[in-house]
Amino acid sequence: MSTCPEHIVQYMHEYLDGDISREHEQELRAHMQNCKDCQKHMQELTSTIAFVKSAAVIEVPPNFVEQVMQRLPKRKMRSGVQRWLRRHPFLVAAAMFCIFMSASLFSGYKNDQEFSVTKQPNLQVEGQTVIVPEGKTVKGDIVVKNGDIVVKGAVDGNITVINGKYMASTANVTGQIEEVDEVFEWLWYKIKSNAKSAWSFIDKNE
Amino acid sequence: MDALVNKRIKQVLKGDQHAYSDIVSLYQQKVYQVCFRMLNNQHEAEDIAQEAFIRAYTNLHTFDLERKFSTWLFRIATNLCIDRIRKKKPDYYLDAEVTGTDGLDLYSQISSNDRLPEEEVERMELQERIQYEISCLPDKYRMVIILKYIEELPLQEISDVLDMPLGTVKTRIHRGREALRKQLSNL
Repeated sequence: MSTCPEHIVQYMHEYLDGDISREHEQELRAHMQNCKDCQKHMQELTSTIAFVKSAAVIEVPPNFVEQVMQRLPKRKMRSGVQRWLRRHPFLVAAAMFCIFMSASLFSGYKNDQEFSVTKQPNLQVEGQTVIVPEGKTVKGDIVVKNGDIVVKGAVDGNITVINGKYMASTANVTGQIEEVDEVFEWLWYKIKSNAKSAWSFIDKNE
Repeated sequence: MDALVNKRIKQVLKGDQHAYSDIVSLYQQKVYQVCFRMLNNQHEAEDIAQEAFIRAYTNLHTFDLERKFSTWLFRIATNLCIDRIRKKKPDYYLDAEVTGTDGLDLYSQISSNDRLPEEEVERMELQERIQYEISCLPDKYRMVIILKYIEELPLQEISDVLDMPLGTVKTRIHRGREALRKQLSNL
């Protein structure tokens, strides 16, 4: 084989890689027909390949996936949330506002579960019922929370009943009569009254 | 399969860490195999293979979805293997060719010196023997031989994984085959 042209071995490798040209292949075949050494060399190379290819698949150690998952940095998750927060500052601000607003309103609602009534002269209170006695006149607005109101006399103003009933026989009320029951109505009432007081505040200032 | 992998990658990038476990179970076998054949040590191979998946995870945002994920993952794994081998080797110029040896360098001298006595090699079982002969190959030939004949990657993909020209990959495979042939015919 020492007398064989060097490029013959190169052609053998081209052949084994599967990218030999037609001319090279013809030259290789012609040479190998008469050269025992090159036949042997080629034989050794093909059995070398067969030897490596017979390698068995190596088993992965048990719990490999779990171990990788445990070793993963947790930072990625958090930065994802942070990135989202940074990208939507307005939404975050709006959400915070809603949370605080609703918190204050609902806590206000819960604190207002006790019976109360606007202090006015001539009003009678029996248990949770407010009575405007016959022949008497109440001047001013009346707000009753968590109780009922019975008007027998006259009221010169508005009446608002929250979580209660308005009862009247021959009542004489000059203002508006309002009953508020549910949470949302109560909210609406609260907002309206805030607006009203703001409005009256502006009125007074002018 | 690539579509599924890309779907999982997108899920991971959106913050769904759990989706990554599908990617790991899909490629664990291939990655571990390369590491084990390259490092010839179970514990090191497990460590490096895990490290490869973690590196891939932390750098997932740099992965180009138009490309093949396995190629990218193999690149990370093979680089880690080569780094690990370099750290273990004594500090002299292994790549420097030894004069008058036509392409042979110190790598090949080390590995040929490291060979076990012939009787011992002959007593080995086939699988043990295969692993032993692969481990005797110089590093740069071993890597291409593993990728070509054990992972059965096409030459172009090997060139992508190792980030070297196709011609260099071919030359290394040729030399790797010749080196193996010599090892086997010595016995």
